Amino acid sequence: MRRVLTGRLAQMLPVMLIVTVVIFALTNLLPGDPTVTILGEQATAEQRARARADFGLDGPIPVRYVTWLARAAQGDLGRSLRSNEPVVHMLRSRVPVTLELATFSILIAVLIGLPAGVLSARFRGGWVDVVVTVISLCGMAVPYFWLGVLLILALAVGLGLFPPSGYVAFSLDPLGNLRHIVLPALTIGLSFAALVMRQTRAAMLQVLSQDYIRTARAKGLRERRVVMHHGLRNALIPVVTVIGLQIGGLFGGAVVTETVFALPGLGRMLVEGIFQRDFPAVQGAVLFIVTAVLVVNLLTDLLYAVLDPRVKS
Amino acid sequence: MSAALPQASAPPRPAASPMRVFLRRVVRSWQGACGLVILTLVLTAALSAPWSAPWSPIEVDVERITEGPSWLHLFGTDEIGRDVLSRVMYGAGVSLQVVVLAVAMALLVGSIIGMVAGWCGGWVEMLIMRIMDALMAFPLLVLALTIVAILGPDLMNVTFAIATTKVPGFARLVRAEVLTLRQVDFIKAARSAGASDLRILARHIWPNVSGNVIVYASLSASQALITESALSFLGLGAQPPDPSWGYMVATGMEYPSSWWMSVFPGLAIFLTVLAFNFLGDAARDALDSRLLHKDT
Repeated sequence: MRRVLTGRLAQMLPVMLIVTVVIFALTNLLPGDPTVTILGEQATAEQRARARADFGLDGPIPVRYVTWLARAAQGDLGRSLRSNEPVVHMLRSRVPVTLELATFSILIAVLIGLPAGVLSARFRGGWVDVVVTVISLCGMAVPYFWLGVLLILALAVGLGLFPPSGYVAFSLDPLGNLRHIVLPALTIGLSFAALVMRQTRAAMLQVLSQDYIRTARAKGLRERRVVMHHGLRNALIPVVTVIGLQIGGLFGGAVVTETVFALPGLGRMLVEGIFQRDFPAVQGAVLFIVTAVLVVNLLTDLLYAVLDPRVKS
Repeated sequence: MSAALPQASAPPRPAASPMRVFLRRVVRSWQGACGLVILTLVLTAALSAPWSAPWSPIEVDVERITEGPSWLHLFGTDEIGRDVLSRVMYGAGVSLQVVVLAVAMALLVGSIIGMVAGWCGGWVEMLIMRIMDALMAFPLLVLALTIVAILGPDLMNVTFAIATTKVPGFARLVRAEVLTLRQVDFIKAARSAGASDLRILARHIWPNVSGNVIVYASLSASQALITESALSFLGLGAQPPDPSWGYMVATGMEYPSSWWMSVFPGLAIFLTVLAFNFLGDAARDALDSRLLHKDT
């Protein structure tokens, strides 16, 4: 276990370093004079020079990179060019929204995808299987933003069940918070469920053809126990891995979905930052997203080792 | 795959080329057939739009703003009276062009990078693959979004951005294949016969890798289309008044009582993505069974 951990960490660190270079390079290539963002069009050359020094925008790019990296490592990601708010504060208010969205989305995906996948594999070739497969093929082809718009049209505008957009903090109004998160979570969750469904089905089919399943059936175990206990437990390993490796796709989905539903999350922060040329905010958001992806991938690998004793070597 | 077959064991009658066997398998599977039919429809709509579209895609008609579907306007009209069906047809060309170019660019660059990494090995491979890993850690849309923001919203830049996000995938795939092929006898034979590196890569390695690369390319096409439409939804794709599916959905969202404005362009994206997925699955299955067949 420790060997797996150190090996993966040693692999991850250089990747992380390259990631920071890419983020810094990309955001510093964003067009436009950042001092215009800070001061507006009317400022004098002197004021601009002072703002540059203030925000650490003077000096050669490699030097700025090292300074930025050193500060980032200490948890200082600079200040927004728009609101002068520390980027870390922005992250602190944005990340919980995206985490809530992600949690509910994964919950929906698992609650729908897992049983559907199991049923589909158990009754392979039957009508359940056909229906589930068709739905999952559609689910994987539907773009998040369109599904979001359809849900708004049908459930918010049409039936008036949920608010079409916006967000209320859980601490202020728990029920309102949940009502606002249902549609966005469904948007990502339903697409994600298609993936979970497909993986579960494939994994279950593989497991159910194993000898120990035949043994379990031969010794007279009830079918339910064979499928759930002997089958699903083993099929879960690849399914968990796939969910873990798709975390990047989830963030990509959050960018679009938060835009559709006007959720003040990380994805919205990124899009707003790009349109407002607020590159410290863009750097912060992208850095957080990529770090999260790498950490979750690492955890997935470790979890894999925990779930499957054969991987430990 | 042809280079892998020893010439001496040529069958008595000319067998169908592997490419033809592959294509026949794709067409005969239901997914392949469905995918081809949908794509042909979309492609025909795109290519024939200048003649077959019932209206101009950019002509404004203030008399007919946000009219629902009717015989005159099958998909209805948008907020300034343009025909939605015509705009969907013209939009097809824009999206397909971006997808095909982006995947082709990613295929070319990614394959070359992958071959260099796999063939050279050592620190070159280390460096290249770590950079590819780093790029892969970025969610596709996040990377594409940032690149387009830097280069400016325009179709060529969108194409370039999407290609960049897909390069690491091709590189990783090709490198893995080259690594296994390097150990194979016919490559060693070619090497000891004095073939140059370039010749071995082009004549012996590439033909054996290209099958999987094609499958990966067709699976990538659907992701490329989703990314393209998401970018244009966010306002970073084709610029108005040019029609583009993603942007049409975004505009339609602001007119919730005119559902046709967002439903029809979205349906076009959905069906095209579905077609690419079908083709990709069919291609993968066709390649798989061909390999199995050859091994036995």
